[in-house]
Amino acid sequence: MRDKQIEDLKDYKYGFSTDIENFKAPKGLNEDVIKFISNIKKEPKWLLDWRLKAFERLKVLKEPDWQKPKYPKIDYQDLYYYSAPKSFKDKPKSLDELDPKLLETYKKLGIPLNEQKRLNGIAVDAVFDSVSVATTFKETLTKQGIIFCSISEAVQKHPELVKKYLGTVIPLTDHFFSTLNSAVFTDGSFVYIPPGVRCPMELSTYFRINASDTGQFERTLIIADKGSYVSYLEGCTAPMRDENQLHAANVELIALDDAEIKYSTVQNWYPGDKDGKGGIYNFVTKRGLCKGKNSKISWTQVETGSAITWKYPSCILKGDNSIGEFYSIAITNNHQKADTGTKMIHLGKNTKSKIISKGISAGFSDMTYRGLVDISPKATNSNNFTQCDSLLMGNKCGAHTVPYIKNKNSDSNIAHEATTSKISEEQLHYCQQRGLNPEEAVGLIVNGFCKEVLQQLPMEFAVEAQKLVGISLEGSVG
Amino acid sequence: MEEQLKIDFEKKLKDFSYSDQEKKFRETNFKEFLKKGFPNRKLENWKFSDLNQIIKSNIGELTFYNDYKKENQIDKIELISELEHNKIIIVDGKIEKIDFKFEDKDKIEVLVEQGEETIKENINSLINLNNAFSNKFCKIIIKKNYSLKKPLVIYHLTNKNTQSKNTNSRIDFKLEENACLILIDIFKDNSEKNFLNIYYNFELDKSSILKNYKIDKSINNNIKYSYNNVKQEANSISETFILSSGSKFFKNEINCDLLGQHSSAFVNGIFDLDDENHHEIKSNINHLVENTKSYQLVKSVLEKKSKAVYQGKIFVSSEAQKTDGYQLSNAILLSENSEFNAKPELEIYADDVKCSHGSSSGSLDENSIFYLMSRGLNYKEAKKLLINGFLLDVIEKITDEDIKNLIKNLLGVKE
Repeated sequence: MRDKQIEDLKDYKYGFSTDIENFKAPKGLNEDVIKFISNIKKEPKWLLDWRLKAFERLKVLKEPDWQKPKYPKIDYQDLYYYSAPKSFKDKPKSLDELDPKLLETYKKLGIPLNEQKRLNGIAVDAVFDSVSVATTFKETLTKQGIIFCSISEAVQKHPELVKKYLGTVIPLTDHFFSTLNSAVFTDGSFVYIPPGVRCPMELSTYFRINASDTGQFERTLIIADKGSYVSYLEGCTAPMRDENQLHAANVELIALDDAEIKYSTVQNWYPGDKDGKGGIYNFVTKRGLCKGKNSKISWTQVETGSAITWKYPSCILKGDNSIGEFYSIAITNNHQKADTGTKMIHLGKNTKSKIISKGISAGFSDMTYRGLVDISPKATNSNNFTQCDSLLMGNKCGAHTVPYIKNKNSDSNIAHEATTSKISEEQLHYCQQRGLNPEEAVGLIVNGFCKEVLQQLPMEFAVEAQKLVGISLEGSVG
Repeated sequence: MEEQLKIDFEKKLKDFSYSDQEKKFRETNFKEFLKKGFPNRKLENWKFSDLNQIIKSNIGELTFYNDYKKENQIDKIELISELEHNKIIIVDGKIEKIDFKFEDKDKIEVLVEQGEETIKENINSLINLNNAFSNKFCKIIIKKNYSLKKPLVIYHLTNKNTQSKNTNSRIDFKLEENACLILIDIFKDNSEKNFLNIYYNFELDKSSILKNYKIDKSINNNIKYSYNNVKQEANSISETFILSSGSKFFKNEINCDLLGQHSSAFVNGIFDLDDENHHEIKSNINHLVENTKSYQLVKSVLEKKSKAVYQGKIFVSSEAQKTDGYQLSNAILLSENSEFNAKPELEIYADDVKCSHGSSSGSLDENSIFYLMSRGLNYKEAKKLLINGFLLDVIEKITDEDIKNLIKNLLGVKE
């Protein structure tokens, strides 16, 4: 049974592409394309100005080059910055009006958009190429005053909120890819939880890149008002294509007083084939701001896909007593490369942060944990604990740890630990003796290694992630 | 600065009649330095210590030419009285004296070098600067099976009236098979606001042992950079201990290539900083073959506005299975304004290895202080006792008894 399952999963099962007629902006990056995007979305003037300001800045900025995985130069003029299913020119009012092919695509992905068929209560916002196609469970959420919609919709319906918070965590001028995103972002999710509300269900976005030569630039903005709570999930897939595709998203989280945001990602973009051909460049900027007192932001990520993953979900702990957490599993196989980690910036008093990072590399891949813990002089009585463990399979791959630790406050403590090892022969032998085949044994041991992080994921995701961990390491043993 | 550099380099070339090779060597290095300039924070290696900025704010304009024909003006050199030793005296970058009075003359050879034929790319600009401006390169060879009877002490001195100067010195060492050298660096400064640039090259043949102790204790306003490049063959051992304390700025960089099986490298350090001092230790341990070992331990005690940086890197190539690498740094911040930065880095390409690092920083444990005070010590004594114990960990790692005692005395640490 299990063998069959594995056989089914061995290849990237999300690798199909859907034949949907697309409506694209002209190729290339220039003011006209930005105006085109802004126009098609009927955006107000302030947002267009904001985009153009970002574009001005982009002309001066250079691509960063300090990262470990190097990639061939991207020709930004050779990309489509806007692509939408043609049937979307006039957005459908309800799910019934959706292109059946689209629905089918999401069904294949295991994302049921039809509410009737749903069993587990998760509200989904699905983003296909550049636009958000459907958001489910709207009514239930609206009753509680929760706003969960695509960001383009939010710009129309709640401009005051968007204007107030957009770009406050990731400034326009931050770095090359985030500025690029600010200039050309097409869609994404917007969440606002009103004061004192505990969001009754998991919110989820599903990203899919379908069209070729397309960059996906989505922008997510989540605001948790005073005393509220939200748990947010993000999943991603892309079809198998020979060329590399760029994905440069920006995610901003804002937690006000006593609010809590939990953000979980299971990233499974197409990683390229066995020889490292194709795959997604996943250059994402994710940043959370604990703005209010006693607020909490928690990032959990399972990174198994993408040819190159390059992201550092960060927490700025500005409010006193705020808490930042980062749990990560990154798995690289074949020719995948990952440079990921987090930044914990302690600004307020009594702030705490915790980092648990598990890296596994196999095949010819390269894994780097890069993290920053910075305790500023005013962050009295702050605490950080960091643990990064790496597991290596074979001597063709690499595992690296590059933590930056800055302590400027004598009342604060930082502790950092890191280890690198391989799966011991004894453990493997023990499992095999009990009837597991080598691959199952490795799967079991790896799952144990990752348990600390997997536990942090919401139920439905944890099961998927656990399976994904097994699949990603297929063929790496023996 | 560029003008000054060019003028000073011209002067330098006029002073000596260099052979063609040496002239070429110096000129290429000079050009490299002109191109790169002093390292700044944009370079990953200098992220926490922007030397360019530090020189600007502490010294201002530097000059690079030293007239080595002049007599040095040091009347009396304070030597270490606690132990008998051989000595090399370097004044403003010029080797004034080499004295191996306790050793067999035929076991030690001192050569004057010409400089390498080719220049390695990607070396840092300070090495280029050193190669271009240093006086003469000495190479000291310790012959096969010979252990020095007494340690060798290198005194790094500055003339009284030397100011706003950059001085460069370079010494190469070769330890032949089974040789042993204990090397102590002592820094005594008679003047202020200079930039001392020191470059050592070590070649360790099979089964040789190098112990290098760097002691920077006397308080001074100079800026220093020291680079140790160590190449180790099979079964060799290198031990480096750094006491980083007195200078305004001091960066110690150690690059260690473990090229032979069963070779091992130890790097230990203490930062004992006060006022606005800013010190750094940067280590690069490259495990390139199977069965090699490295161990690093750095402890810091930071007062007032001082700042300590520790960047330790362990590199393990894909051939280097069975590597054992360990790295630990602890820091105690005693003042609100002190700062500790660390970047313990692992870069690993082999799977059958045991590598780990740990880093912690924080304040003194109040509970321990309370415990000691309840036993009758006052706050000051309790604090001192705890710090002593904290630093003693590193001092105990010193394998040479005499030097261990010397350093204990210097720090006022008792068991």
